Amino acid sequence: MDYDRVVMDAQAIERALTRVAHEILEGNKGTEGLALIGIRSRGVHLAQRLRAKIGAIEGVEIPTGIIDITLYRDDLSRSSQQPEVRGTHISFAVDDRRVVLVDDVLYTGRTIRAALDALIDFGRPRNVQLMVLVDRGHRELPIRADYVGKNLPTAANESVQVRLMESDGRDEVVIAHAEER
Amino acid sequence: MPFEQRHLLGLEGVSREQLMFLLNTADSFREISERDIKKVPTLRGKTVVSLFYEASTRTRSSFEIAAKRMSADFVSLSASTSSVTKGETLLDTARNLNAMRPDAIILRHYASGAPHYLAARVDCPIINAGDGAHEHPTQALLDLLTIRARKAQIEGLTVAIVGDVLHSRVARSDVFALRTLGATVRFVGPPTLLPPELREWGEVHHNLHEGIRAADVIIMLRIQLERQGKNFFPSVDEYSRYFCLTQNALRYAKPDVIILHPGPMNRGVEIASDVADGPYSVIMDQVTNGVAVRMAVLYLLINRPRAQLETETVSEEAIAVESAAAAPRLRRKAG
Repeated sequence: MDYDRVVMDAQAIERALTRVAHEILEGNKGTEGLALIGIRSRGVHLAQRLRAKIGAIEGVEIPTGIIDITLYRDDLSRSSQQPEVRGTHISFAVDDRRVVLVDDVLYTGRTIRAALDALIDFGRPRNVQLMVLVDRGHRELPIRADYVGKNLPTAANESVQVRLMESDGRDEVVIAHAEER
Repeated sequence: MPFEQRHLLGLEGVSREQLMFLLNTADSFREISERDIKKVPTLRGKTVVSLFYEASTRTRSSFEIAAKRMSADFVSLSASTSSVTKGETLLDTARNLNAMRPDAIILRHYASGAPHYLAARVDCPIINAGDGAHEHPTQALLDLLTIRARKAQIEGLTVAIVGDVLHSRVARSDVFALRTLGATVRFVGPPTLLPPELREWGEVHHNLHEGIRAADVIIMLRIQLERQGKNFFPSVDEYSRYFCLTQNALRYAKPDVIILHPGPMNRGVEIASDVADGPYSVIMDQVTNGVAVRMAVLYLLINRPRAQLETETVSEEAIAVESAAAAPRLRRKAG
């Protein structure tokens, strides 16, 4: 049972983000009205990287924000730990923007549901799109991603861990048995 | 790290880690009050009751705004308009409220220890909103949040607490928390308002200029005329001549000093109007931060993880016995 399978290494993550940056630009026909919002915690790092990539391609700095979905979770009273609230920082008006939500793993879809609720409290975006580094399936809500770094079929008893330089000291995506966490 | 307290009764004995956790959580809640839509759904379906046996505008409305911004339902009771006027005891009132299954009770009472007494007798968290001359933990937390926002860190600061320390629950909570976080505390005022035991906690000064010399922070206390059964100083005029914080006195403090006051202010008595409204005053920041602090306290006490609740029910009996013993005895209001 002792396996930790690396399914994406640093290069694979880098290439996926580069491709997704182009896809976002293609899908939105440029950067007009575009904004990125990273979901705490690793979505924030991914959003920063996408911003840098889009900046390098188009020469435009697009507004980037941070969203903390803790206060919008549907499992607060059921969770075994008290999640730390670290705050939302969106310094631009989201009204009429094309907002790309950025997260590391798309699983049940409940995080994204909470993020949508949180985002709508800030205004009325023109549209909301979703970018994830890994889509591992097992959705419990009608939610899908518009931009996916890698589709990764998994079993429910496996866990997918995204590790990023900014928070974990290295870039990789690993599949492990949930019991080992 | 989870928040370990079931109630918020005081800050005495609350660890540095727990204080920092509370402040960090409160910090992240500040942004919600800056939004167009100042509401998050976190405490939807929860009921918060406030039970006030003493007058209050800031604290009660601050708790109410905090609860509502977290989507909790808020029921407000004050002694003057409830069955208390018909002679109902605190315990009976609380038991009846408890039977309606609230998720938290916020209590302000003129007797020190009243919240501790209730904490052992109801099922929900009790939040102390000021008990006698004992503690006022959320006020101290908002003071800390305000100081930390201006001074980056609390450790190493010199904080002068000026005025009616004897009657001040704010001062007591401030002292506990400031010392835990590594600040140096001084007390300034006439000997009649500074009990001798204060020397255990910090320097005592009877001269305003000496007391605030090179201070980073000055916390002004209200002269509590309503709590003074007898005269502690010859006249209000004389008090203000020696202890009113004026522009002139401020020269003795550090150039970047900040001034706090828990309100309500007696302008011209303990603080001059131009100081209260001047550039060093952070009194309005305190009020703003009060909402964030109370949102954090409600969030942490009401939304407690299940695992933590389960381990607690085991020793519930022991806790009840312990806190009943620790609670100071309730006295009838004098007069």
